[in-house]
Amino acid sequence: MTDKQRDIWKNRIAVFFAWVAALLFFFPIFWMVLTGFKTENQAIAIPPLLFFEPTLENFTEINERTNYSKFALNSIITSFGGTLLALLIAIPSAYAMAFNPGRWTKDILMWMLSTKMLPAVGVLMPIYFLAQNSGLYDTKAVLVIIYAMINLPIVMLILFNYFREIPKEILEASRMDGTSTFNEIRQVVMPLAWGGIASTALLSIILCWNEAFWSIVLTTTDASTLTAFVASFQAPEGLFWAKVSAVSTLACAPIVVFGWLAQKQLVQGMTFGAVK
Amino acid sequence: MNPALVRWLQAPSIVLLLIWMIVPLSMTIYFSTIRYNLLYPERKGFIGLSNYEFFYTDPSFFPALINTLVLVGSVLVITVVLGLAVSLLIDRPFWGRGVARVMLISPFFIMPTVSALVWKNMLMDPNNGLFAALANALGMTPIEWLQDLPLASIIIMVSWQWTPFAILIFMTSLQSQDQEQKEAATLDGAGFWSQFFHLTLPHLARPISIVILIQMIFHLAIFAEIFVTTSGGPGVQSTNLTYLIYIQSQQAFDVGVASAGGVFAIILANIVAIFLIRAIGKTLTV
Repeated sequence: MTDKQRDIWKNRIAVFFAWVAALLFFFPIFWMVLTGFKTENQAIAIPPLLFFEPTLENFTEINERTNYSKFALNSIITSFGGTLLALLIAIPSAYAMAFNPGRWTKDILMWMLSTKMLPAVGVLMPIYFLAQNSGLYDTKAVLVIIYAMINLPIVMLILFNYFREIPKEILEASRMDGTSTFNEIRQVVMPLAWGGIASTALLSIILCWNEAFWSIVLTTTDASTLTAFVASFQAPEGLFWAKVSAVSTLACAPIVVFGWLAQKQLVQGMTFGAVK
Repeated sequence: MNPALVRWLQAPSIVLLLIWMIVPLSMTIYFSTIRYNLLYPERKGFIGLSNYEFFYTDPSFFPALINTLVLVGSVLVITVVLGLAVSLLIDRPFWGRGVARVMLISPFFIMPTVSALVWKNMLMDPNNGLFAALANALGMTPIEWLQDLPLASIIIMVSWQWTPFAILIFMTSLQSQDQEQKEAATLDGAGFWSQFFHLTLPHLARPISIVILIQMIFHLAIFAEIFVTTSGGPGVQSTNLTYLIYIQSQQAFDVGVASAGGVFAIILANIVAIFLIRAIGKTLTV
């Protein structure tokens, strides 16, 4: 075998194992989706069924037997609400910091990131009492506020990095034309930063959607999100596997797609900007 | 922009985060020094460090600490080694690479409660689960995963979710590796391992340390996976510190002791955070 042939074979073997890894990692998701299309009896069949006649029964029954749409709506409201609130707070700040960095800008950003590293359980009791005493316990509002605050540091950092990439010359040119600061933001910066803001929002929505600690601790029925709803299926063992799978499939599908779209921001956001 | 406007634009985010940090933090510290149990509201008053003493002399504390360290350590080793291996395998052009990539990172986007239930029921269930069926088919006795190997089961679930994160980060970093350097090394007859140790690993040193530190922060706080699958049991075999504090507050209603535990968790996370902040500081340009 020549060197070239050996390289080709090495490459083929690597590709083979790459596919093995991909199939293994994806398998639990595939299995979950598949189970969502089984009847309850098929779902717990021994041995497990790979081939069967698929049914849509679970998906149609979810809403009759459970309050799926309520929880889905709660998830949508809290994750979009939290993201929107975080963006509203972060856009002006990140803008000011990126275009007028001062002596403390870097320290402020680092400090913000450090608040993200506080363990939630460390402030469990205070937040719990504050929510109870303010009447916000088990409301969507409390989750919106908390989601905005826990994602604010990451949103700030990514937006800051985006704004910094906008060439300053463009701003100077518009200033020469006598544009006011407000119009400068609206007409010059926003169109350029729009893509960055959208993908930052996408990352924030993903993180809010999958958040499980606060939604379990701070809600009971009214404001429960999908993460908390799914957690409530923990008790009856061996029951409703098909239905839980259908719920899980619906709950995860949009976010997995968002995740594929926001890979780049995810790398930046999840590493606090250390890997780009 | 004039300096006053700059300050006004920055103020909301700084002030809100400051409140978000200081208010709950000082309340936790305060609660940790007073007698405060929701079941006995009449017993009150400053008791110094007694809550801390109570927290760490609790027979569950030491096992929970060990479990936390084993959990974090094992997940780190698994995710980094597997993540490196897979990202190296996929770092070459081949047909369907985009699809394989998407399949590899998808587990990271599954909500933790869903992934916990999928593993607990459909895969690890000793009667109807897929692993049991595989074991039976091979003539072995199915493992009672959550009963006999609770911590290992949690480690598997968390690793499944977080190896994709490592893959994603390493994959991104590998794309910025100098290809000419690699080709030159190949022409000079450097084999795979020597290239790996002399070129690839040094190139990935930073991403690896970042992945380790970030995972430490997140894994010290693992909660949903335990909550949904083992509830910390059997006994305290799969209770970590986060879950122990949760139990103290939500089931024993002991706010004082739970807060003392909270302060402990914050200190532990801060030790990691100092290194992480330092690593991030090197890349953040202002």
